[in-house]
Amino acid sequence: MTDPDRCAVEISNVSKVFNHGRPNEVHALEDVSLTIDEGSFVSLIGPSGCGKSTLLRLIGALTHPTKGDMSVNGKTANQARLDRDYGMAFQTSGLFKWRSVTENVELPLQLMGWSKTERKDRAAEMLDLVKLGEFGDHHPHELSGGMRQRVAIARALSFRPSLLLMDEPFGALDEMTREHMQTELLDIWAKTGKTIVFVTHSIPEAVFLSQRVIVMSPRPGRISSDIPVDLGKRAFETREAPAFFERVTEVREALRFEESSA
Amino acid sequence: MISRAFRGFAPAVVVGVGGLAFWELSLLIIDPEGFVLPPPSSILAAFNENFEEIWVASMNTGFIVVTGLIGGVVLGVVWALLVSRFRLANETLTPLAISLNAIPIIALAPIFNAWYGLLSPVSNQAIVVILVFFPVFINTTKGLTDVGATEIELMRSYAASSWQVTRTVRFPNAMPYFFTSLKIASSLAVIGAIVAEYFGGRQDALGPLIVQNAGLTRYAEAWAAVLAGSVMGILLYLVSGAFERVSMPWRRDAETIGA
Amino acid sequence: MTNRDDAARAIRKHERTEATRRTVRRVVVFVAFLIVLALAYTGYKAFGRSLDDAQTDWPIVGRVLPRTDDLTMPPMTDIIAEFGQPPQRNSDKPLAAFIAEAALFTFREAALGFFFGVILGLGIAVLLLRSKWIEQGVTPYLVASQTVPLVAIAPIVVIWGSTSLGWLPFEWTNWMSVSIIAAYLTFFPVAMNGIKGLQSADPAAMELMRSYAASRRQTLVKLQLPASVPYLFAAFKIAATAAIVGAIVGEISGGVSGGLGRLILDFASRYTTGPSRLYATVIGAAFLGLLAIGLVTSAEYFVLSKRREEPLAL
Repeated sequence: MTDPDRCAVEISNVSKVFNHGRPNEVHALEDVSLTIDEGSFVSLIGPSGCGKSTLLRLIGALTHPTKGDMSVNGKTANQARLDRDYGMAFQTSGLFKWRSVTENVELPLQLMGWSKTERKDRAAEMLDLVKLGEFGDHHPHELSGGMRQRVAIARALSFRPSLLLMDEPFGALDEMTREHMQTELLDIWAKTGKTIVFVTHSIPEAVFLSQRVIVMSPRPGRISSDIPVDLGKRAFETREAPAFFERVTEVREALRFEESSA
Repeated sequence: MISRAFRGFAPAVVVGVGGLAFWELSLLIIDPEGFVLPPPSSILAAFNENFEEIWVASMNTGFIVVTGLIGGVVLGVVWALLVSRFRLANETLTPLAISLNAIPIIALAPIFNAWYGLLSPVSNQAIVVILVFFPVFINTTKGLTDVGATEIELMRSYAASSWQVTRTVRFPNAMPYFFTSLKIASSLAVIGAIVAEYFGGRQDALGPLIVQNAGLTRYAEAWAAVLAGSVMGILLYLVSGAFERVSMPWRRDAETIGA
Repeated sequence: MTNRDDAARAIRKHERTEATRRTVRRVVVFVAFLIVLALAYTGYKAFGRSLDDAQTDWPIVGRVLPRTDDLTMPPMTDIIAEFGQPPQRNSDKPLAAFIAEAALFTFREAALGFFFGVILGLGIAVLLLRSKWIEQGVTPYLVASQTVPLVAIAPIVVIWGSTSLGWLPFEWTNWMSVSIIAAYLTFFPVAMNGIKGLQSADPAAMELMRSYAASRRQTLVKLQLPASVPYLFAAFKIAATAAIVGAIVGEISGGVSGGLGRLILDFASRYTTGPSRLYATVIGAAFLGLLAIGLVTSAEYFVLSKRREEPLAL
């Protein structure tokens, strides 16, 4: 289905400085290089200020690098944005309170000029994918946090982008809901084969979800470790397997090493 | 369901009835003539007796109020749309509008009378338009610009055009702010129209009616005209509320959008 | 460690310069606006003159836009010059002095009314805080009370003041009735914002006070009142403007002399013999309004800067 030799995202020596020259200047990222293969699930993890969210936004061309090059799906990041190659999910679901669940999922399709029936069908399909099929006519304030995030994911996938950028989407959820959502997300990933870049500050979450955990460190933001995670097909028991704990420890050590040397 | 609505109204009704009763009774005891502040019964009686005169006056004043309200709202919304497009415009013009609002606008009434003539309705309408413009402009601008960062980032990730952002995000976000300002503006419009009538305008309107009756020490009649003004204000408030509920069916209570 | 302190200090200094820069920019914009207004005024007059010279007629002039003759729209220079002219035949006192005195008179009325209105409004807010029932019962009438054009019944208030308040230990003068009007216009925004502000206290902080077995009064004074300060200042700005307006209109309809209302009335009735005087007085009234707002805003800045909080927009 996916060609592991094709890169979805290529980041070369990228630096990002905010408020250059002013007293509140911040070196968010310095000389970061990263290659992400198509169809892979990669996590970015690190303490506050390590630049992981900035890196995600650079991929999404929501901000631009001060130095260095980026390519997404073989094009510039901005072109990928204009071509709508990616969908994005945030920590706050960002659902529009005045739209119903279905209308929220239809939002990007509406902006792209899809017809009414096309939108309705796709929205229904996506809501079924996230198992919220009966909630189409509800409004966001009637849903729980986990449900809202599922709607946000349905919306992000509605126009079938090849890349999914997620910025701590489960951060505001409680632990049980979180684990449940992680399994759901992996389900969706298996079914759709997308490339997923996932920012988190939860070590177990990063290890459970991804094939690669990129550990970042702050001041200035850079990549300090690139840890492969080979746990095979994830199941509920995976979280209790010794191999899981080994990888979690490995990531934790990588983070602590960076902290002590900072 | 009906009983729940009833319970919502109950305190207001109790306070209202209690207040009216207190007013009537206390005046009965202290001052049966009710010289300057007559008991509610005499005010209602005066209202009934002079109903035709009050009705005509209300229509005339109401004309100024409604036309001025519409004019001010249109002006306020158009300017809000323009200003919200350009951040620099918003940062310079909105504080300016807030400062200008501090000027006693009613003081412009004699100047407008000089411009348009004492009997012309335009001078009074202009006062109402200006009074209405400021709160509508300031609040609507805030509603158009006070959008969450996540929502904006989301729209950028969709490579949405700025018109699309305005239509799908800013407009709906601005609605509660707009309607709050509409309610404020409608009571300002009534007061402004009546007070402007002090300075000039046709004599068969509520303002002159109040003043003339007060001058003739016919206080019950004066208060009856005041009552008509109050009713007008309340009606406009309720109509604004009705418009609000129709345009924003997704809301249950009248708070501004937040979290 | 010290590096971080230095950085924090530098950022705070940067914030303060930004704030000063913002204020300067606002003043500049305001002055620029005045200049633009003056230019537009003069430009429009010139345009009107050119129409007259060409003997053409634009129907919009005189209907929607004012006529441009010198009686309706005195030249800008005349208006500015008028400030220095003595309006009375028997004295040398310039108009500006008259306006300033009248403004002070009106300001005193408004300030007194504002003061009592704030007390009344806060009192109502505290009362409404007591019980949800009372709040729901009284609020509609508060809202309705503001639709009563009290300024319109100012003459009634003036007479009521002079007849029914004889039992007060001091002489009740007319201008005190105007203060009542100002107080009436003040108490509503203060009460409405006050209750919102008092209720805005962090629920976690409220629980903390309860855990200390703090009395209702202590909670009110130590937690809820300070929490309501930003809301109160937003209300003060509205109330300050309303008090000034109420004072001017109250003076006019109540026949009170000594303030801007009387001046405006006089110059309006004698418009044809000196149109610039009316304009000058109205400009004076405008500046009084701005002064009032400026005072409230400065007070707000001092009070809130200690807390490093952003003032609430109107």
